[in-house]
Amino acid sequence: MQGMSIIVKKVSQLITALIFMYGIYIITHGHLTPGGGFAGGAILAGAFILLVLANGSELLKLKQKEEGSSLTESLAILAFLLLATLTLFFGTYVFFNNYLPGGTVGNLISAGIIPIYNIVIGIEVGAALFTIFLALAIYKEEMIK
Amino acid sequence: MYAMIPLFVILPLAAAFLIPVIGRFVNGFQKVTSTTVFLFLSLLSLYFMFARDQVSYSYMIGGWEPVRGIPIAIYFTLDGLTVFMLAIINLIAFFATFYAISYIKRYTAENNFYALLCLMVGGMNGVVMTGDLFNLFVFLEIAVIASYALVAFGVEKNELEASFKYQVLGGIASMLILFGIGMIYWKTKTLNMADVSYILSNTRQDTYLLFTQVIFIAGFGLKAALIPFHAWLPDAHSSAPSPISAMLSGVLIKAVGIYVIIRLFFNMFSLSPQVSTLIIILGTVSMVLGVFLAVGQWDIKRLLAYHSISQMGYVIIGIGIGMLILSNNGSRSIAALSIAGGLFHLVNHAVFKGLLFLNAGAIEYVTGTRNLKEMGGLSNLMPVTYSTSLGASMAISGIPPFNGFFSKLIIILAAISGGFYLLASLAILVSIITLASFLKFQKFSFFGKLRDPGNNNIREVPFFMCFSMVALALLCLGLSLLIFPGIREAVLNPAVDALMNTTAYSSLILK
Repeated sequence: MQGMSIIVKKVSQLITALIFMYGIYIITHGHLTPGGGFAGGAILAGAFILLVLANGSELLKLKQKEEGSSLTESLAILAFLLLATLTLFFGTYVFFNNYLPGGTVGNLISAGIIPIYNIVIGIEVGAALFTIFLALAIYKEEMIK
Repeated sequence: MYAMIPLFVILPLAAAFLIPVIGRFVNGFQKVTSTTVFLFLSLLSLYFMFARDQVSYSYMIGGWEPVRGIPIAIYFTLDGLTVFMLAIINLIAFFATFYAISYIKRYTAENNFYALLCLMVGGMNGVVMTGDLFNLFVFLEIAVIASYALVAFGVEKNELEASFKYQVLGGIASMLILFGIGMIYWKTKTLNMADVSYILSNTRQDTYLLFTQVIFIAGFGLKAALIPFHAWLPDAHSSAPSPISAMLSGVLIKAVGIYVIIRLFFNMFSLSPQVSTLIIILGTVSMVLGVFLAVGQWDIKRLLAYHSISQMGYVIIGIGIGMLILSNNGSRSIAALSIAGGLFHLVNHAVFKGLLFLNAGAIEYVTGTRNLKEMGGLSNLMPVTYSTSLGASMAISGIPPFNGFFSKLIIILAAISGGFYLLASLAILVSIITLASFLKFQKFSFFGKLRDPGNNNIREVPFFMCFSMVALALLCLGLSLLIFPGIREAVLNPAVDALMNTTAYSSLILK
């Protein structure tokens, strides 16, 4: 996949950091404001996709990236499952129990385990959408060959 | 044992996401994990079936207690019908996976196959357990999206086309289902099935509710491939790899189609004669047209796929007669007999159709073709495949002492004693045509002159494939025992009771 002109590359490099930070903001404030893991994850994936589109990448590198992102995706969802099942085996014996202290409503660190779920879902969704994009890009590259 | 209930969802999902991570470094991890998980879950479901300490369980996810009597948690419920379905799903999944150990070696990307299979089973287990409408939709999408990918697993032209068709029609079905769920939510302001049932029992049956029910029948009818919603099934079920065909035909159309129809119409909506009649008509059309479409097929797997439509018609008729009699306040014993016949045929169909697809896969494995005209004389060279497929063919055409005979007999007896004489005679006619088409299958594949289309040396399939086929064939015989009182009371009757007592489901959650 070919990159774009130097103007696009520079601007996208500048913008990506902002998009990335916005994604993280949406994810971490998921329990306070509209948004959350899924929406923020989609924004994170958008930042990655923008970088790949602007700078271009070779087929081999695309495949490496795809492997990495699909691994991240699986690990993130496993972490989610682990968080959810932790109390099934210890403590309350209830699946999906919110076992962390609730805190004060409106604080960033509150709502118990929900912010952690949001972070894991953000990683998972970002990696999954990026993997889908990479799979399509790899398919297109292979078609050209 | 109460704490073990969510394992039915957790374990397949965990396996599905562990396999792509560990499976790339450890060879054989995917096979061992998926078979152990399914074996454990089948044993667990059998434990719940025979040795549970309560009649039914309701499990609050997250431990959210009801607030002022209104349930706010997502519930997992485990009553007679759920346990019955869980046992079918996980047993067939275990045998299909065990079979796949040899079969799937020909394909690349084994990890993806096992991961998707685990995901599909996790979704189906979720669908049958959940007590929340939107949660049901989510699990249903998990199951069917995994199945879209599995149908296209061979990535040849036919498979991709079948998968595309399946996705388009499945997408329409999902949209209808979501629309129906939205309509329910609009009316009742809740998604909990028990709560919805409680609210609906206090409202008058109006056109709005009738329309919602029709939308649900169309949506889940598409998933269950009832005629006229069947167009995707013959392509999808014949293009998938054989263990997946066995799962799709044996389990998926039941878990996400028939089971949900049964559960929603018995336990959530109030039974009405109009809807029951509609369901009986759909069942009859599927039963009759399905077998006529099947008998002319020359592709083994397409033939079996059309028979799935026809046999699902029997199940729907059995259930539908029960619904109609119950909604007209008729004799409860005839209704119970009819529902028992439908559910009995459901488990029988899962076993013998799963087995027949595994047989078709074995034939394709050694000869490389699915066309009946190109094969013949395999009976001496493939004794295990031959004998097991003969058993399954006799079971599906309703020849005693195989299980299909007894379930069809119960359905026909219930139809006669309920006064549905036309239905009973149609059921007998369809059974005869089924026998004819399976005689054709037997004759062209196993008898006659030996023909070798692929220049392979034909021999019996490997151990893993044989084991699954033999075990399922034994189950075909063994399930006939379900009609004896002692066993029936442990397996079938709790499932029938869960449906006959239509308010039991909501009183399970709204204590």
